[in-house]
Amino acid sequence: MAETSQTIPVQAPPAGIWHRLLRRKLAVFGFAIIALVVGGAVFAPWIVRYPPDEQLFDGLSLFGEPMPPSRAFLLGTDLLGRDLFSRMLYGAQTSLIIGIVANGVALLIGTLVGVVAGFVRGWVGAVLMRFTDLMMAFPALLLAICLAAIFQPSLWIVAMVIALVNWVQTARVIYTETTSLAEREFIAAEKTLGASRSRILFRHILPHLVPTLIVWGTLGISVTVLLEATLSFLGVGVQPPTPSWGNIIFENQTYFQAAPWLVFIPGAAILLLALAFNLVGDALRDVLDPTQRGND
Amino acid sequence: MSGALPSVTALREAARPLLSVRDLTVSVRDRGVTRPLVENLSFDLHPGETLAIAGESGSGKSITSLALMGLLPHNVSVTSGQALLDGVDLPSLPEPDMRRLRGSKVAMIFQEPMTSLNPVHTIGSQMIEAMRAHEPVSRGAARAAGIAALRRVRISEPEQRMRQYPHELSGGMRQRVMIAMALAMNPALLIADEPTTALDVTVQREVLELLRELQDSTETAVILITHDMGVVAEYADRAVVMKAGRMVESGAVADLFASPGQDYTRALLAAVPRLGDGAARGKPRPPATRAPVARLVDAQVHFDIGANVFGRPTHRVHAVEGVSFDIRPGETFGLVGESGCGKSTLAKALVGLVPHRGHIEVAGHALAGLTTQGKRDICRDVQMVFQDPMAALDPRMTVGDAVAEPLLIHQVCPALERQARAAELFRRVGLMPDQMTRYPHEFSGGQRQRICVARALALQPKLIICDESVSALDVSVQAQVLALLDELQRDMTMSYLFISHDMAVVENVADRLAVMYLGQIVEMGTRDQVFGNPQHPYTRRLLEAVPVPDPAGKGRTYARSKGEVPSPIRAIGDAPQRMPLRDIGHGHLVA
Repeated sequence: MAETSQTIPVQAPPAGIWHRLLRRKLAVFGFAIIALVVGGAVFAPWIVRYPPDEQLFDGLSLFGEPMPPSRAFLLGTDLLGRDLFSRMLYGAQTSLIIGIVANGVALLIGTLVGVVAGFVRGWVGAVLMRFTDLMMAFPALLLAICLAAIFQPSLWIVAMVIALVNWVQTARVIYTETTSLAEREFIAAEKTLGASRSRILFRHILPHLVPTLIVWGTLGISVTVLLEATLSFLGVGVQPPTPSWGNIIFENQTYFQAAPWLVFIPGAAILLLALAFNLVGDALRDVLDPTQRGND
Repeated sequence: MSGALPSVTALREAARPLLSVRDLTVSVRDRGVTRPLVENLSFDLHPGETLAIAGESGSGKSITSLALMGLLPHNVSVTSGQALLDGVDLPSLPEPDMRRLRGSKVAMIFQEPMTSLNPVHTIGSQMIEAMRAHEPVSRGAARAAGIAALRRVRISEPEQRMRQYPHELSGGMRQRVMIAMALAMNPALLIADEPTTALDVTVQREVLELLRELQDSTETAVILITHDMGVVAEYADRAVVMKAGRMVESGAVADLFASPGQDYTRALLAAVPRLGDGAARGKPRPPATRAPVARLVDAQVHFDIGANVFGRPTHRVHAVEGVSFDIRPGETFGLVGESGCGKSTLAKALVGLVPHRGHIEVAGHALAGLTTQGKRDICRDVQMVFQDPMAALDPRMTVGDAVAEPLLIHQVCPALERQARAAELFRRVGLMPDQMTRYPHEFSGGQRQRICVARALALQPKLIICDESVSALDVSVQAQVLALLDELQRDMTMSYLFISHDMAVVENVADRLAVMYLGQIVEMGTRDQVFGNPQHPYTRRLLEAVPVPDPAGKGRTYARSKGEVPSPIRAIGDAPQRMPLRDIGHGHLVA
């Protein structure tokens, strides 16, 4: 038959996902930054010269001003004469835990609620989505403050609080996407094949949600890191003297003009980390999409 | 006037052409590589003439029309050649000048009238805007001209229509509005890009007849872009046949159909299903005496819509209203009707995708009241092949897995054997087993439909429902898929429920058929009974409306319908009147 003989030219066998990820320059850049931050956070005790919460004798000038970056203090010192480099590395631990754990839990809750509501529909879906709407209407910050005030503030409690207020957007988006996926014809085709509901859900709906989840997951990292910073600033987040990138900014923001590095450096770190996760997420989304295969 | 009058065609040949396309090449730039989509296309178009550009998908016919209108996508451009309209080269015209020309001198009608009309503006405001964009006329004058234009395309109550929104009109009316808008400025050239592909046959006939009448009175030249050789034969004076961006052949339609000069044209014309070919194929299979594979007795499908203050539905869609028929083992049962007649809903009810009332049984098991396991078992007996294979395949699953999916769901064989069985199915439908690791988007439309057929075959069902399964395919591919279905049926003794809007295709494949209208069957019988001796007026109308791929049949008269098709949506409690079927001999049932 004429039509079957003119097949699409045979492509090289698909390389592994890793291999294809590493072929993208931006993804490699993102990976490098993430590796740097993770490495710095894990090996902080061996890298730093001064403990993060020690107020150093020569950490302040004669007039009590923080020291700008120098040979002795790589990133300068803060208002209390603590080494900013040490605080940044230890703060990376906090920020990564918040960014990954809190955001991961939020994503998980959001997906669960969204998929169940979108796939089951009926009154279960209605109840779940009205609850989501309620959560959305509630000021997230106020809720977070309430929750954090009830529990004893600690890093893990802060992470859970952030997860509990941040899942709503994910749930909304996933719900909409699930409902439209469930209406697609290939789902109807699966039903006519006799596929069970769980098979349709896990084999045919969830894989299609992966790109959305990657985008929301990577965007959520910067949002959660900043939310943690806000909570810390309000005194219900990570308690001083434990450093986090967020509370470094907020502790020092009033001296922004006199000592710009104190705000600029942690700010840039948050930005770079969020960017790195976004770049890796983007690349991952493309690599995992079979319709993009051969385009890289 | 005296002496021998020169023929109209000769006169036209002598006159200067309105549009002269010379060596037009349109290319796309993709990642720094330039690839031609249309190559060295040349043709002339004279005033009052209809030129058809015919070809299958990917032949570049739509790109040609967009190039003439100056509406190419940003990465596509005319790289060489000319298109002179009254001596003005369209591709080299700057955008502001082109904009002035568009709508006034060159107008275009698109395939899908719903997407080309703005849904948030009334018909009237869109028409008035379009006119005032080209001529400084007052709103009142433009409005009057708009009403006159609507009246010209025979839209009833034009004053009323001016105040309506596009969604309030039917597909045929919307396309007529588009024509009215296109012709309102008396353009010299009208480009119609698949103007009737999205419409039902009876509506298609009306729209094309209308276009021809208007053309006769205005001397507008028309470029008719179509894949339908029947439309070419009936409505075009000359035709250009395109394939993969190149012109294969051009000439007067009568000559082209009588003696095609190129193999491709010949193959294309041979692939077009024609009414009457089915009868020539031989006698329908003798009715088997065994139990039917599917039996419908007074099947009904209703959907409740709307809600009053108490949340009770106010209206009911009578999608399927009391349908009864049997499908016998090994036969092909055709189900024809226009869009909205309920034929697809009936198919969905048969596979349990929508709830039904009445009695439907498949392979001896009633569908109603089945347990989950029972529903799953029914799937082994009845399978479905959908219209759009791209939509029916999971884009994130390899086609090998898709074909193996039913084997896995029903645990028909051990995991190791599954791949081998899937490979066998691939070979069976004419594909290579080494293509199994690919994804659906890497295949052509016809190949994808073969994959869907393979998936439906996997469980060796007794009945396969083909819901418009070949409608979206090009004619040559359509012929191949139909041949495959026929071959499979002979080897595996399956039955098909073949649902289609295309009378010619159904005539070619069906042993028996039913004609559906507004949820009810109006005529049912063997192919020879229904096509040889159509009794119901609706069946006759459908048959007359089918464009015949033979220019000799041009100018047949066609009775115009009296208004719009009634709606199957009715207030609750107001059930439609049932049309009882009576036997007029040998099982030929007519309402």
